[in-house]
Amino acid sequence: MSTAAPAEHDHHEEHATGLTRWLTTTNHKDIGTLYLWFSFIMFFVGGFMALIIRAELFQPGLQIVDPQFFNSMTTMHALIMIFGAVMPAFVGLANWMIPMMLGAPDMALPRMNNWSFWILPFAFAMLLGTLFMDGGAPAAGWTMYAPLVLQTGDAFPFMIFSIHLMGISSVMGAINIVATILNMRAPGMTLLRMPLFVWTWLITAYLLIAVMPVLAGAVTMLLTDKFFGTSFFNAAGGGDPVMFQHIFWFFGHPEVYILILPAFGIMSQIIPTFARKPLFGYASMVYASASIAFLSFIVWAHHMFTVGMPLAGQLFFMFATMLIAVPTGVKVFNWVATMWRGAMTFETPMLFAISFVILFTIGGFSGLMLAITPADFQYHDSYFVVAHFHYVLVPGAIFAIIAGVYYWLPKWTGRMYSEPLGKLHFWTSMIFMNITFFPMHFVGLAGMPRRIPDYAVQFADFNMIASIGAFGFGFSQLIFLYIVLRAIRTGEPATAQVWEGAHGLEWTLPSPAPYHTFDTPPDPQLIVKEGHS
Amino acid sequence: MSGPDKKTETHRLVAKLLVVVLAMFGFGYALVPLYEIICEVTGLNGKTGQVSLAGVTGPDTSRVITVRFTATVNSAAPWDFQPNDRVMEVHPGGLYETSYQAKNRTGHLLVGQAAPSVVPREASLYFNKTECFCFTRQEFGPDEVRDMPVQFVIDRNIPAHIETLVLSYTFFDITEKG
Repeated sequence: MSTAAPAEHDHHEEHATGLTRWLTTTNHKDIGTLYLWFSFIMFFVGGFMALIIRAELFQPGLQIVDPQFFNSMTTMHALIMIFGAVMPAFVGLANWMIPMMLGAPDMALPRMNNWSFWILPFAFAMLLGTLFMDGGAPAAGWTMYAPLVLQTGDAFPFMIFSIHLMGISSVMGAINIVATILNMRAPGMTLLRMPLFVWTWLITAYLLIAVMPVLAGAVTMLLTDKFFGTSFFNAAGGGDPVMFQHIFWFFGHPEVYILILPAFGIMSQIIPTFARKPLFGYASMVYASASIAFLSFIVWAHHMFTVGMPLAGQLFFMFATMLIAVPTGVKVFNWVATMWRGAMTFETPMLFAISFVILFTIGGFSGLMLAITPADFQYHDSYFVVAHFHYVLVPGAIFAIIAGVYYWLPKWTGRMYSEPLGKLHFWTSMIFMNITFFPMHFVGLAGMPRRIPDYAVQFADFNMIASIGAFGFGFSQLIFLYIVLRAIRTGEPATAQVWEGAHGLEWTLPSPAPYHTFDTPPDPQLIVKEGHS
Repeated sequence: MSGPDKKTETHRLVAKLLVVVLAMFGFGYALVPLYEIICEVTGLNGKTGQVSLAGVTGPDTSRVITVRFTATVNSAAPWDFQPNDRVMEVHPGGLYETSYQAKNRTGHLLVGQAAPSVVPREASLYFNKTECFCFTRQEFGPDEVRDMPVQFVIDRNIPAHIETLVLSYTFFDITEKG
């Protein structure tokens, strides 16, 4: 597959240099790189905050930070990891890979693409700046429930505006991705020939377009409640604080699928490559993703069973939530069936992918437990919830991103990463991740509440174990940084196809992928031959 | 690939998607009245019916319902606030009157506002007030004490298993908001 189908690129490396290149670039590969590095930095910033949390929880009692700052750390850790690490990483991967996978020369709206990235550093500078303000950084939780969040100090408007900026950035990114997928496909690249990563991103982009504006509305209501005398969530003025929860989770639940659908797409690229078999059940994967997206709009109230709702409401949200297990189960089944009797090898991306399938499924099961309304009354706001969403986000979203980086890094840089170091990174991450989050199930079921800097002494042992795991996991990510830097500088040159079992247009391009690719569309025959694998 | 056709097509698609974005921003706000309506229809949050005379159909003396009254002051605001009747025995369909008393404990002007709620929430659908001091500004001069009347009627259609209900008022200090 090493023959590059597109014509010669005579204007190959023609671009501005130095800082101007990065500030003014409209090239999808440059912007993808910017997104990925930005999210990598935010991953370490958010991770550092997580370690402050775990250091405080290492022992019962208050040792290191005061409770207000502890609450700021849980709040900021979540906001940064969700909006600063996971979402930009997916957008970065989309920028790099979607045009190459579709045989398109670039994204549909290259200038908007530049803008949607460069908003982000400002948004996060503003958010991180709140750490130094009077009253401290936001501490009411990333869910920003009224009326508690209205007690935030000077940080309040900065938090709201940074969320507005993040929302504008993701909506612009999403519009760009939809326009690229619908309008920029090479002739012959029909919708049902698209790789699954492209499919899941198309669905994710629609989710973003639908729910980010709702979040923008909700935080704007908070802003006007605080400064302009409205009473959306103020009972004194006839408003209702519970309504904030409804509006927030109407955004919030689709948001959790925004954080996982692109991960499903990455899995569906990697597993067939290393199983050396086409993806099992391609069409069912597409339909399952679309069903998950649809169901995500009608289950939001399962986040708030304990605020009180009629029995009919509880039953509806319980069963609708459980229904999501069906399309998700289809996906897990298809990944396993793809591996079944495949000629599997276990390079680093595949190791992360296999652990994704197993560990994400554990997170899915604890999600099912939480969906059971009567049981949820015990689990609500406990460490069991923390364990649940970290199992779907860490070995789910983040392992998928890491797997994607290992998988595509040779295509981006033209160099291989060190396989032994990659395996070291996998095993340390996977083991420490479980040491961190598995004990949280136990302390949660035993009644340890989340977002509290102190705890009863009977939770001490498991918390100490979790903290040790967290530091191990955190430091393991420095190995990842080292591996990436080392690959960029001194890695072995990569071939065009990189992986023996890789199929798809992106693998027909040389490694590293030239600055401009598919200026002339690929041969339709090639699209059929490379098919979706 | 990137001919003018492709460009107009892209711009048309972007325009459509931007409409969706704006519509969804509006939808976020539309959830506010929608939420009110759902709460009213289902009786969620114990929201009571409109202030109206509907339901005053003459007392159904075959049934007696116990109505209890409670009062809460939000956030330890400087008021004394209590019902003048703790309990009333009423017949569905009859019109009844009671009152709450509030006292400004400070030496300056205060503005308060009350929000009502009924439990069980199922009963709130049948609890109609014909006069109420709720959701309106109540100005109290220094040390002023005042009775605030409530007239209510319980709809005759109230399900038979409801024998007791509680009307609760929470009094908020809105002096700063004015």
